[in-house]
Amino acid sequence: MPGESDMNEGGPSGRFAPSASPLVHPHGVTERSPATPSGPSFRASAAKALGDAQLRANFRRAMDGLMTKRSAQFPDPGDLQALRDLGTAVRTRSLLRLPELLEQLEASCTRNGIQVHWAETCDQANALILGLLKARGATRLVKGKSMVSEEMHLNAFLESHGIESLESDLGEYIIQLDHETPSHIIMPAIHKNKGQIAQQFSQKIKDAAYTEDVDELTALARKVLRQKFLEADAGLSGVNFAVAETGTLCLVENEGNGRMSTHVPPLHIAVMGLEKVVARLEDVAPLYALLTRSATGQPATTYLNLISGPRAKDEMDGPREIHLVILDNGRSRIYGDPQLQATLRCIRCGACMNHCPVYTRVGGHAYEAVYPGPIGKILTPQIEGVGLRHDLIHGSSLCGACSEVCPVEIPIPDILVRLRREATHADAASAVAGQGTGRTTSEDLAWRAWAAVLKRPRLYRLSAWFATRFRQFIPGGLPLLKAWTLSRTTPLPAPRSLQERIRKEGMPRV
Amino acid sequence: MPPARPSRVYFYGTCLVDLFFPEAGLAGIQLLQRAGVEVVFPEGQTCCGQPAYNCGYFEEARAVARTQIALFPEDLPVILPSGSCAGMMKHHYPDLFRGQPDEAAARAFAARVYELTQFLVDVLDVRLADLGPPVKVTWHSSCHALRDLGLKGQPQALLGQLANVELAPLARERECCGFGGTFSVRHPEISGTMACDKAADALATEASVVLSTDGGCLLNVKGVLEAQTAPMRVQHIAEFLWERTHAR
Ligand code: SF4
Repeated sequence: MPGESDMNEGGPSGRFAPSASPLVHPHGVTERSPATPSGPSFRASAAKALGDAQLRANFRRAMDGLMTKRSAQFPDPGDLQALRDLGTAVRTRSLLRLPELLEQLEASCTRNGIQVHWAETCDQANALILGLLKARGATRLVKGKSMVSEEMHLNAFLESHGIESLESDLGEYIIQLDHETPSHIIMPAIHKNKGQIAQQFSQKIKDAAYTEDVDELTALARKVLRQKFLEADAGLSGVNFAVAETGTLCLVENEGNGRMSTHVPPLHIAVMGLEKVVARLEDVAPLYALLTRSATGQPATTYLNLISGPRAKDEMDGPREIHLVILDNGRSRIYGDPQLQATLRCIRCGACMNHCPVYTRVGGHAYEAVYPGPIGKILTPQIEGVGLRHDLIHGSSLCGACSEVCPVEIPIPDILVRLRREATHADAASAVAGQGTGRTTSEDLAWRAWAAVLKRPRLYRLSAWFATRFRQFIPGGLPLLKAWTLSRTTPLPAPRSLQERIRKEGMPRV
Repeated sequence: MPPARPSRVYFYGTCLVDLFFPEAGLAGIQLLQRAGVEVVFPEGQTCCGQPAYNCGYFEEARAVARTQIALFPEDLPVILPSGSCAGMMKHHYPDLFRGQPDEAAARAFAARVYELTQFLVDVLDVRLADLGPPVKVTWHSSCHALRDLGLKGQPQALLGQLANVELAPLARERECCGFGGTFSVRHPEISGTMACDKAADALATEASVVLSTDGGCLLNVKGVLEAQTAPMRVQHIAEFLWERTHAR
């Protein structure tokens, strides 16, 4: 359904809209603010999104729906915690053995007839895929939802090489028609409302009459997509979990487009981040249970595809070839750090964004990143460099709502603090990209001055004395105060500090 | 595990209470004293170090934290009228001091830290008798009190003991008010929107006062309420509890 999508990082595609009627997300559209010459600015884009009251109200409604549906799936806090413990353990254990499991995965896949390719960078992955398509004369690719392919900007790349790359997940299809990026990792078109989609379809789909009827809109898209599935030379999908022991690629979805993309065309290319591997098939069960419940509040998705090889000789259907592209793109660097490694536990359920008070208000496009929301705030800077995305790592109140719901208990606020440190300090032995590049002399001096006062109680006392004596005269023009007073009055210190009162009046007695 | 009921405790004022809510500090001390506990308030208190820590300036945070830990040498509970600062000391000091020569001391200190309402309920099991007129209040849980410290309804339990106090819960009680320390000035648009939403939520309860255990949240919400000249006050829970339960 529009506005939703595959849980494919893959994600389960489909029928999980936050509201009863999936097309009814009367959201305003976030226009992406143009990237400034100095790079993306979360603050500027967020401020713009905040100016759109409709957008805010609608995101709020959608996220409220998702939060309610999720909590309905976890009525018992004890059961939820037990499942999270299990999910966390599975992901942690898988990561501990990552190199070994990846080798095993390659061997198992190869045994099953799935050809495995390794790509260190997005450019390599794109080139690899282009090579596979060209070698087979393929010009039409149909895609299931894949966030890794978004990370690679695969569509634009293929199109620049004359290959049609069509999104078949309804949400992705909708945003592709408008050349937009996903505003949510599970529900890429969540920022659009029914009316906008109706407009868009009537203008951009040939012979489509204007309708706001959800079923008719869905049928319109289905008609286009059906034809495309049949004509496609190749299909591409993400992977939610890859099982090392059996060489199975798991694809979680709701619309059936994942199955069509991976089944109908003669060639299936799957792309995955290298962290997606688990040891055994049993490991998938708790992760799947957590994924569908956390993402869309579904106990199960309509489809769970377990792909374990191309069409066999005596089989009537299925692709003739399957290729698995395993992408690094900075992940092995993240893997090398014991604390940051937790980032790779992520199963891309999107619960952290659904529960984030910042995401709820600004929407996904404001982040100017492939992965928005809390997970994006820790993942994007680690991939792109901490200095470059300094505004992103500070764009959090560290409230912890994300880690509270994260099914694999990623300590997102702790990692944000760590990244803030990395961004401003080049001294540590860590391998975080862009370490130290977010440092500014003024901030540096400010913290030094802060410490110089606060580690000397006498100086602090003197400052407190001034602050309380001259409390009415705090200059409003101070830059920090200016920011604070955008929506608040100037904070007024008390006439006398607690310490001064205790010193002068003695300890209170009851 | 809660310790046996101690006869003496330390009180750590925190910088925000020191400068903005001294009455809350005095009230906290008196609530403890009335429960039969001697309160020691060491001189030399400044700040727990959280602002620098949250911004990644660990050395600066440690330098300050060290001077503070040194003020509490005796093996007594350390009580703070703040969920956020208590969370910093209890849960982030061990992290901040990891690998440092004084890590063990920091950990031992962290283990003695309590937020005030937590201590009043879990350790002292206080009983309050309400002497005030009927009033309707609402409660804002600070995120760090909830999630760093794991407060589980202790403030509400105390308010529940007050016969004339009606507690009208916020619609989004677990949602952040948007303070977040430097977040409030680095991203003032987002932070301000969150603060305005919180104030609107509070106003919708028609309570006359919004209570919290954290000075940061209180300043934040107060700033918005004042800017909108809204008919609602903010007050630290310690001050509120003391005001209503002591005979003048
Ligand atoms: S960080 Fe956690 S909550 Fe967010 S998408 Fe990943 S698994 Fe889901």
